[in-house]
Amino acid sequence: MKIAVCLKRVPDTTTKIVVAGDGKSIDETGVKFVPNPYDEYAIEAAIAFKEKAGAGETVVYSLGADVAQETMRTALAMGIDRGVLLQSPGSPDGFEVAKALATEIGTGGFDLVLFGKMAVDDYNHQVGIMVAELLELPCISAVSALTIDGSAVTAEREVEGGVEVVTCQLPVVITADKGINTPRLPSLKGIMAAKKKPLELKPVTLGPGGVTVTALALPPERQAGKIVGEGPDAVPALVQLLRNEAKVI
Amino acid sequence: MGSGSVPSRFAGVDFYQIDSLLTEEERAIRDTVRSWVDDNLMPVIGQCYVEGRFPKQLIPGLAELGVLGANLPEEYGCAGLGNVAYGLIMQELERGDSGIRSFASVQGALVMYPIYAFGSEEQKKKWLPRLARGEDIGCFGLTEPDFGSNPSGMITTARETGDGWVLNGTKMWITNGSQATMAVVWAKTGDVNDAKSIRGFVVPTDAKGFTGKDQKGKLSLRASDTAELHLEDVHLPKDAILPKSGGIKSPLSCLTQARYGISWGAIGAAMACYDEAARYSKNRVMFGKPIGGTQIQQVRLADMLTEITKAQLLSLQLGRMKEAGTMTPQQVSMAKRNNVNMACECAREARRLLGANGILAEYHSMRHMANLESVYTYEGTHDMHSLILGQEITGLAAY
Repeated sequence: MKIAVCLKRVPDTTTKIVVAGDGKSIDETGVKFVPNPYDEYAIEAAIAFKEKAGAGETVVYSLGADVAQETMRTALAMGIDRGVLLQSPGSPDGFEVAKALATEIGTGGFDLVLFGKMAVDDYNHQVGIMVAELLELPCISAVSALTIDGSAVTAEREVEGGVEVVTCQLPVVITADKGINTPRLPSLKGIMAAKKKPLELKPVTLGPGGVTVTALALPPERQAGKIVGEGPDAVPALVQLLRNEAKVI
Repeated sequence: MGSGSVPSRFAGVDFYQIDSLLTEEERAIRDTVRSWVDDNLMPVIGQCYVEGRFPKQLIPGLAELGVLGANLPEEYGCAGLGNVAYGLIMQELERGDSGIRSFASVQGALVMYPIYAFGSEEQKKKWLPRLARGEDIGCFGLTEPDFGSNPSGMITTARETGDGWVLNGTKMWITNGSQATMAVVWAKTGDVNDAKSIRGFVVPTDAKGFTGKDQKGKLSLRASDTAELHLEDVHLPKDAILPKSGGIKSPLSCLTQARYGISWGAIGAAMACYDEAARYSKNRVMFGKPIGGTQIQQVRLADMLTEITKAQLLSLQLGRMKEAGTMTPQQVSMAKRNNVNMACECAREARRLLGANGILAEYHSMRHMANLESVYTYEGTHDMHSLILGQEITGLAAY
């Protein structure tokens, strides 16, 4: 089975974000970057399906600056066979990224193309689905359980109040949700082996894109709480505030 | 444990961009072990400590990760890492608990290393892959009840017989001693006054006459297995001896390996305490403002951060010298002495900053504080390392 998996380098979710001087991007000073956590589910799925099939190839793709190689090597350390970085310095919109990825992946003859359902830095949920459209492949998004038997794909999706079961045939594009698996930690030997695996650099030129980020702001700071009193005596005041001020009851 | 006191992911302490001095692989290895500790050790360590129990269930995971004997060659089933990467692993394990780092130190530096350095090819092929996979747990029998800082005075003996060896003696303060499946035991093959006759032996712990007795009543390293070993007419085959071992220098060279790792480990414990204290100081409100806004706590935190940063640079350069093959035991003494003492101070000050909460197992500083008293004392006491440095400076031995 030949499997492509796409990976985005994102700020560590524990990072305290600071908005840069331009007011529309983050200040990357001192920020630690990690593989997008949803993409880690996709990587784990790719490795596990290849292990199960006993043969095939797994390839990780990323689009970004050269520093993304370090993030990609995490995927190689986990067990992906090789990588291709589409070198692009800027931060283009999702559609431009999808076009570049589709052009590259489209010629690869993949049975399965895996993405995380979204990137935790921009929450766009776009690229995987757009790549499927551009490749004219079926797409199952936000998959929380996935089995492949021969070329028959069965996926589960968590929908409001229940589970939806979807089937289709390979080839297919899948975007992975939490629950699909538990990504493995790379072993220390895996980390050492990763630097010997092929990681190809391919410059790409992206279009200007149709979407522009005009502003980025942090959420307002949380207001301090209010203690209205203690014991049963405080109940009327609390009810009054919940009803009239917070308007939640 | 630790709700509210500990972040779910540890972010490390790096005030001097020391990360920029590490290779990409070294950072990846550090981060991987850090994640493993977050996910596997932190949820259980408080309870293990209170119950006085080593988290044995974590051994397969540690082995699978490749932590055991990680700086030994791949041909023996080890990860073949450099010494800075190895040090960073020790740092991350001890960020969790000195007990789990002690387990890994003993297995790697005190059991696998002597087999690698002094063993025959057959011994290496037999034992190293099994120890790396955690299928065998090893311990290191050097210290005796009356011979701690002076190991060359040991009275454990190995007498050669027609078909092998007979060992007699008692070893004390042996990490992993109760759960070990094999031990590297040091004994004199000649007269008890003949330190040159000290040789290493590989002893299966199920050998007749071998017993390991759990050390009770510890107030430190409670999540570590510490035992007393008794060897009473333990018969071993001829090939139990480590053929290339000879004299007190052999076990001491193992201690140099272990002390090197300890110098890194102590930084991990100090980082955990500093991180906990800094976080707490920003959240804990007293007199209407966070205690971190008071001068006395800021002095504590500034001292901790400064000392941690100095220790990081000390160990990193030590590691680079080890990789270059120029590191001396005296340089290791300096790092072990400085860094463990520094970590003891950080842990104590962090515990104090945490006020009454600081005495709870839910927080980590007091556990580290108590653990580090053992680390201060083992693998060459702080005082002995002072004297080793004193001898290095003056050429005069004061011990």
